[in-house]
Amino acid sequence: MTNVPQSAILAEEAEPKPGPGSQVTATTRPSWRNLNFGPRMWVALTIIFLIVLMAEVGPFVYPYKSSLKVGSLYDEPSAAHLLGTDNFGHDIIAVLMNSTRNSLLNGLLAGTLAVFIGVLIGILAGYVGGWFEELLMGITNIVVAIPSIVVLILISMSLQHTNVGFLKGIGGLALVIGITSWPWTARAVRAQASSVATREHIDIAKLSGAGTPSILIRDVLPYLASYVVMAWVLQLASAILAESTLSMLGLGPSGTDSLGIELHWALAFQAVSTGAWWAFLPPTIILTLISFSLLYLQSSLDEVFNPRLRRGKKKNLAKAAARRAETARKLAQQNEKVEVLS
Amino acid sequence: MTATSSQNEAVASDGSVPVLSAVNVVKEFKVAGGHITAVDNVSVDFHAGKVLAVVGESGSGKSTLARMLLRLMPVTSGTIKYLGKDVTNIKGSELRAYWRDVQAVFQDPFSSFNQFFTVGQTLRRRMSAKQGDESLDELIERCLSYVGLKSRDAVNKFPHQLSGGQRQRVMIARALMMNPKVLLADEATSMLDASLRVSALNVLQDLRDRLGLTVLFITHDIGQACYLADEVVVMENGLVVERGLTDDVIFNPQNAYTKRLLADVPDLKGSLKSRNN
Ligand SMILES: Nc1ncnc2c1ncn2[C@@H]1O[C@H](COP(=O)(O)OP(=O)(O)OP(=O)(O)O)[C@@H](O)[C@H]1O
Ligand SMILES: [Mg+2]
Repeated sequence: MTNVPQSAILAEEAEPKPGPGSQVTATTRPSWRNLNFGPRMWVALTIIFLIVLMAEVGPFVYPYKSSLKVGSLYDEPSAAHLLGTDNFGHDIIAVLMNSTRNSLLNGLLAGTLAVFIGVLIGILAGYVGGWFEELLMGITNIVVAIPSIVVLILISMSLQHTNVGFLKGIGGLALVIGITSWPWTARAVRAQASSVATREHIDIAKLSGAGTPSILIRDVLPYLASYVVMAWVLQLASAILAESTLSMLGLGPSGTDSLGIELHWALAFQAVSTGAWWAFLPPTIILTLISFSLLYLQSSLDEVFNPRLRRGKKKNLAKAAARRAETARKLAQQNEKVEVLS
Repeated sequence: MTATSSQNEAVASDGSVPVLSAVNVVKEFKVAGGHITAVDNVSVDFHAGKVLAVVGESGSGKSTLARMLLRLMPVTSGTIKYLGKDVTNIKGSELRAYWRDVQAVFQDPFSSFNQFFTVGQTLRRRMSAKQGDESLDELIERCLSYVGLKSRDAVNKFPHQLSGGQRQRVMIARALMMNPKVLLADEATSMLDASLRVSALNVLQDLRDRLGLTVLFITHDIGQACYLADEVVVMENGLVVERGLTDDVIFNPQNAYTKRLLADVPDLKGSLKSRNN
């Protein structure tokens, strides 16, 4: 029963903060009740739950600290240390739990930041339209066109020389990943927002005297909630992978653990060629499991969410088509009811 | 049938300033391989306390004209005037003030609702708790009862829990709650059954008579237009092909298209004659 509140939380976290007195979350609730969760969703959620449990609760119950030297270079797995030790003689399981925690935290920060920026830009561009849309999408395309790995490398290298603790650690990396990975969310959200903007309920809201911020938060955003949640899940996965890529290349924060940093040290200390599989296999497996389960979750969410909102780009064609489809569906439903009754 | 006699003393422009008017309004849409003219140089005047019906086949540009009058769609060229003032390009607070006076019921009762709001939340939006000398709840109750809905049954429902006709009626109630000076009703009664339709039309008629509401009544059904309207404008392919007092248009149509529309409603003349007597 964890999934319903959990997905509601996802939606809340991914949305920009609603203004005071806003009822977005209260009013979206009824639609959650109608969701039907398939077995794929349960598989994905179970894996995610177990990984989070290991990362968050594990360090408290596991006897060794990740910073404690308990052996020497690449001690083989033994009864005391089930996965042996790493190049520093730290217990692999303890390091793994701490690394997973940091990697998840990084993903959460970076993914949420990316979704926040992407949704903000996408929704403004799609709703306002005109030259403003051109401008925002121009900026987005520029960000897309710059090879992001180069930017990531440059910024993260310069961050290593700052004096701010937060930026030096996992937070700085998350910031870098967040501000370079929002464009595709912005694009997807823009397409959706511009099709929602042609719905007549927006006009009704205007006629009722609602201002633009109120319309964006109460009339546009709820219609995009499913996209926002899915984008968030994907951004989490890609942020975690981006972090491990950078860290593996040696561009990650120093002095902390993360899945990518574990891999970095394993490479640096020849774990692969010396056959010390316990040094590189566990983080690789965890990374694979995390991205697999998040992608799996995303694809099952795709099926769960109401496909009614998936409309094409061309505003007016989409508008006409959606109207027709909706009317037809309504008629079909009515006919069904009539048939059932008779 | 409770047709009032007042509508038969149909009045045309008496030289007074029209409440709302469109002057030489044109709307072109860009489409693949050129553009179409959905509204072609149309001028219409709305006089205070009158019902003007715009009749035409599907695709003749009625909704497009209404959306331009509502300032929800920019005009390609032409002018929209409200109380003699040019409102074609107003923005911001001026536009919101305009929307306080000019309300609308849209053609599509499905997409007119925010599906995440209950009827009550939709109706309450932006309304202050006190409306003149009645509370907001009383106002909602009164406006819903105009269209034959009970406030108690309706306000806690989500749009998907209502039928098409019920949604349409809620939308009519919403527009009435705003206490507008002008109401644009775009096929607002298309999903109602005959008796509800008559009562909705009577509500509009009643508001016109008592409060001087000015109504633009858009319909493809010339019968409804005749029942309610003081004046009729007939549109074909974006052009106004005929206009005049309702009875003149019905009994003495000049245009072939109008004649064809009228021919599709076989006993219209008969029923109107009997109504007049
Ligand atoms: N946004 C748009 N983009 C392109 N063409 C449009 C657009 N809106 C309307 N049209 C075209 O303009 C013409 C008039 O449309 P409009 O909706 O005003 O017709 P209508 O008279 O309201 O018809 P109906 O009775 O079916 O509602 C149609 O040919 C339509 O295809
Ligand atoms: Mg129309």
